Amino acid sequence: MSLDFGPATALSCRECGARYPLGPSFACVECFGPLETAYDFGDVKRSDIESGPASIWRYRSLLPVPADVASKPNMNPGWTPLVKAGNLGRALGIKSLYVKDDSANPTHSFKDRVVAIAVEAARNFGFHTLSCSSTGNLAGAVTAAAARAGLEACVFIPAGLEQAKIAMARIFGGKLVAIEGSYDEVNRFCSELIGDPMGDKWGFVNVNLRPYYAEGSKTLAYEIAEQLGWRLPEQIIIPIASGSQLTKIDKGFKELIKLGLVEDRPYKIFGAQALGCSPVSAAYKAGHDVVQPVKPDTIAKSLAIGNPADGPYVLDIARRTGGAVEDVTDAEIVAAIKLLATTEGIFAETAGGVTVGVLKKLVETGQLDPEAETVVLNTGDGLKTLDAVVADAQPTAVIRPSLDAFRATV
Amino acid sequence: MSVTVRIPTILRTYTGGNAEVTGEGATLRDVLAKLDSDYPGIGGRILDESGKIRRFVNVYVGEEDVRFAQGLDTPAPEGTQISIIPAVAGG
Repeated sequence: MSLDFGPATALSCRECGARYPLGPSFACVECFGPLETAYDFGDVKRSDIESGPASIWRYRSLLPVPADVASKPNMNPGWTPLVKAGNLGRALGIKSLYVKDDSANPTHSFKDRVVAIAVEAARNFGFHTLSCSSTGNLAGAVTAAAARAGLEACVFIPAGLEQAKIAMARIFGGKLVAIEGSYDEVNRFCSELIGDPMGDKWGFVNVNLRPYYAEGSKTLAYEIAEQLGWRLPEQIIIPIASGSQLTKIDKGFKELIKLGLVEDRPYKIFGAQALGCSPVSAAYKAGHDVVQPVKPDTIAKSLAIGNPADGPYVLDIARRTGGAVEDVTDAEIVAAIKLLATTEGIFAETAGGVTVGVLKKLVETGQLDPEAETVVLNTGDGLKTLDAVVADAQPTAVIRPSLDAFRATV
Repeated sequence: MSVTVRIPTILRTYTGGNAEVTGEGATLRDVLAKLDSDYPGIGGRILDESGKIRRFVNVYVGEEDVRFAQGLDTPAPEGTQISIIPAVAGG
């Protein structure tokens, strides 16, 4: 079977550095550490990227995908707006603030980015079924991508997810299996299914295809830098579920520096969690190196991973870059969703409420420099977590069609 | 106590391809020690040099992740199923 992963050359263990051939493996045989893709990029120029499509595939020379990836049946996500948030900046006292709005992706969350890379890996390995364990957004992204790519899908979620996410995962076809347990239990189930004959030739995008899948988050870093004019932001606030996105954004910035595509300037990475699932934030504040798992209880269901595998790496990065990890309450999350919506016209899902809420808290506690250029991520559309704002999902007035009736409300 | 131990794919080279083996021990620590004596070398994949469970391994006694229980001192009652699973998360 001849594989084409573009510039990717091998898999490498993030813990011990052991190398493996490109295959559907995700854990190091020596130490169980997570595997990631290793590359030989060669010489990549800004013009190579700028001449590419308005999607993540402009960065194909930095991703484990073939050079002709843009011609294959794929959702072609990415190149989402980087919104200059003057109103929100003024409200928070931040001089230069941008919102990277990933609700603009095909299935309205950043998950389209990571799934697109996993689809190419599944194609390479001849897999016939795409699968995942999901807190909601990933299930929709996977089933949509499977439909476009002509693959089967069978996705697993914890029972009790928001209806919008369930509807979205169902509409694209395939099987949607709700497991009576937490997301962490769904994850465990999928890890077991992979080792079973029932899971043979299945591509679990966030398990046995994870080393490829995870690379998709680097495109957030690349796009932000390119959209700022080939410049790194000084501060960036990133939500933490497993911690993978945050670590890959750091990796993406470092790659851009190493390739000479941006000037080597320091940047501070801030992680954001919901108080009701804040194991990384707790570990950061206590000065610990290890993350103690928790049982999540928060409206931010897309971030409700009680045992985040990348937690320790997030701690390293926050400390190394001079950032921090903070958390906000469910009430603060809802307030932040409303603040972003009313100042910038962006309707964020709860994960976006977490980042904007943490952004506000970081300014108020003096951890964030209000004079420094700051980017905050919104990773999903508010329509996916309507439950969080349903109390306000009512008209401000219900009147008969008369001018007098309206006058009475003013 | 006699228990069953579910072996993840990447450790099945130690158990001759078996996905499930029998184990013996009063606590998880004992069960892993006996497992290593039955399948030499497997212990070193699950525990690091200082004898702690490796960071990216999750071990369950029954349904409980032992990090929520007593870690290696978690009791292993007769007939329990112990699962060793590589830690992945995210989605």
